[in-house]
Amino acid sequence: MIGGPVLWAVIAALGVGTFLIRYSFLGLIGDRKMPEWVLRHLRYTPVAVLPGLVAPLVLWPAATEGETDPARLIAALVALGAGWLGRSAVWAMVAGALALYAGLWLEGAAGW
Amino acid sequence: MSGPSNRSVYGRGIRDALPFVLVVGPFAFLFAVVSAEAGLNLLEIFSFSFIVVAGASQLAALSVLQDNGTALLAIFAGLAVNMRMAMYSASLTPWLGSLPPLRRMFAAYLMIDQTYALSITRYEQSPEWSLRTRLAYYLGTATTIMPVWYVTTTVGAVTGQSVPESLALDFAMPIAFLALIGPALRTAAHAAAALVSVVASLLLAGLPSGSGLLIAALLAMMTGAQVERWMERRRGTAA
Repeated sequence: MIGGPVLWAVIAALGVGTFLIRYSFLGLIGDRKMPEWVLRHLRYTPVAVLPGLVAPLVLWPAATEGETDPARLIAALVALGAGWLGRSAVWAMVAGALALYAGLWLEGAAGW
Repeated sequence: MSGPSNRSVYGRGIRDALPFVLVVGPFAFLFAVVSAEAGLNLLEIFSFSFIVVAGASQLAALSVLQDNGTALLAIFAGLAVNMRMAMYSASLTPWLGSLPPLRRMFAAYLMIDQTYALSITRYEQSPEWSLRTRLAYYLGTATTIMPVWYVTTTVGAVTGQSVPESLALDFAMPIAFLALIGPALRTAAHAAAALVSVVASLLLAGLPSGSGLLIAALLAMMTGAQVERWMERRRGTAA
């Protein structure tokens, strides 16, 4: 059983610590100019973090206990490809969702 | 007059964030149900989600406590998972750093994968936006996502019911983020960074508490910056 003061200490410390991580650069640097080489690296933050964040989830989904699932893998490629070609995130999400449900339905129909 | 009104940009943030309801909702449910099963009461579950606002780190801390780990270890595991947000913070600083301190603090509290990913994508597409317009968009995305986070946490804690597995909402998050990554692959440098991020994070997936992702992201940022310099130099010699 988890609870009581230990749990509240964890909640408070994790809350404060996470806030400080989020505030770190935004708070300390604020509107001071950052050197060009730093900005050059920061420009790539979204494409450096987000693909790495989802790659393991795509290849080893928790829902299939880490087994690579063709329906999920194809849906991921469709979402990425549609976003790249169409330049619209919303339509890419729709395309990915349709590919996922079509793939899962096929897997179900094929009895995999 | 220049650019769209702040009100219309705020509305655009609200709308752009709508698909992410399917990402945040099930995740809040998942955390609430797992913590209820671990014996946490409603107040504890809600406070956890309200104060920390980072589902993956909350689950990490909870699982340490469930394995009879110490509080210190639970805090450490949770914070390690959240270190990627320091990169979000740095990446948002050129866009939001001029806000007054209280607003920067509020923006920091609202800084999650979804608000960050949506906002930075728009900022790069619309560099002419004023500071207030950027904030309006950021707050718009949070206006959609945060209430969903709070409410589904509460509903999950009260009902103990998870979203049915047949809906496959576990995969809403990969699809939503991949859909954002696609349009962001504007240059060879962006594509190279994304590729390094994927390969490195898969190779380093065995490292604990998201540290593999941190290393992968740093390598990917260095790759992007380096390729950008090469391309500039090549253009320089060609001219």
